[in-house]
Amino acid sequence: MGALSKSPWIIHYDGSSCNGCDIEVLAVLMPRFDLERFGVVNTGNPKHADILLLTGSINHQNAPIVKSIYDQMPEPKVVMAVGICATSGGIFRECYNVLGGADKVVPVDIYVPGCAVRPEALIDAAVQAVGLLDKKRAAALAAEKEKE
Amino acid sequence: MSLITGFLFVVIAPLVGGLLSGIDRKLTARMQGRIGPPLLQPFYDVEKLFQKENLVARHTQNLYMEFFFVMTIFTGALFFSGGDLLLVIFSLTLAGVFFALGGYKASSPYSFIGAQRETLQMMAYEPAVLLVAVGMYMVTKSFQVADIIAYPKPLILDLPGFFLAFFFILAIKFRKSPFDLSTSHHAHQELVKGITTEFSGRTLALIEIAHWYEYVFVLGIGYLFFAWNMWIGLVVTFFLFELIIIIDNAAARVRWQWMVGGAWIIALIAGMGNILYLMLRH
Repeated sequence: MGALSKSPWIIHYDGSSCNGCDIEVLAVLMPRFDLERFGVVNTGNPKHADILLLTGSINHQNAPIVKSIYDQMPEPKVVMAVGICATSGGIFRECYNVLGGADKVVPVDIYVPGCAVRPEALIDAAVQAVGLLDKKRAAALAAEKEKE
Repeated sequence: MSLITGFLFVVIAPLVGGLLSGIDRKLTARMQGRIGPPLLQPFYDVEKLFQKENLVARHTQNLYMEFFFVMTIFTGALFFSGGDLLLVIFSLTLAGVFFALGGYKASSPYSFIGAQRETLQMMAYEPAVLLVAVGMYMVTKSFQVADIIAYPKPLILDLPGFFLAFFFILAIKFRKSPFDLSTSHHAHQELVKGITTEFSGRTLALIEIAHWYEYVFVLGIGYLFFAWNMWIGLVVTFFLFELIIIIDNAAARVRWQWMVGGAWIIALIAGMGNILYLMLRH
């Protein structure tokens, strides 16, 4: 395990979620599940974050914000779409203002369906995300070597 | 006390500071009913930060933080090599100024407010730090750290007022609640991350390591009060740190007016009272 997978810092953005998934996200940081055991910190600052955690569907109003948060995160980074709304738009898919899931604006790495998402699924996704962080770092290093 | 101890500080302080930071997180988690991260988590965090991309708004912002890092190490090395306490305080101020300037330079509203609050914090702790040096001089007749440590009697008996003033500013210097204003460690949503908002990757790692050095150096000043016996001094200093963490978790944050006013009033009353006591005794 590399250093990246030992300290994944999360930024959580609530698109247009009903707060169901948000409360589950906060629940995994609470005493019962305590994600900080694995070094996970909820930073709230894109420049310190490794994992972008999106809940709720993407609409015209929040699309530029999600894009901007993603752009401000330093490489390597991973995007998690949490809840059915963030993965595909969910029941709001047909709404006039909804673009769809998070993958309409940023490249999503991990999809976590559920309404609301289960904490166990979230923890599983977080474990996969840290594995992906290490892989991305290795890929970036390999690409740099090739350039030389 | 010589160049060797100063050099030892440069090597060992980040290890001790990182461990203290790990104990801090573990203790905080236990107080909140959580298991908490591994003890070595701060080291993992810093190692990770070195592997991340270094995003900047302006390149000079990193330069200021590098100076802050260097000056903090210099301050601590000067202190632990038994140098002049006044020079140490002067160098500490310079390090703080660089830290605040870096926050200003990043030109984001959050780091700007963080930097403003950092200068307020410096304003709050500076008089008390100076008074502590004055008090130690009045008792030991020397500003040299080496002489103060060699003083045969426990300084705490002569300087209880100064120790009170020092304890008050300890939380300010550690940027812990109730005076967690500039980095807003617990209140992410309010100021994002305050002064460190715009720093990422390697620079953020340097800031973190500089804070570890700061931990050890500031606790070193606390050690001076109990320096007549090394083991008692070390144990008391460690519990001083734990006490700060417990207060950090138990206390709500105060407004800056309270911080500056409180630190000054306590430094004035306890410090001046202590000076009066020392003068009358002679």
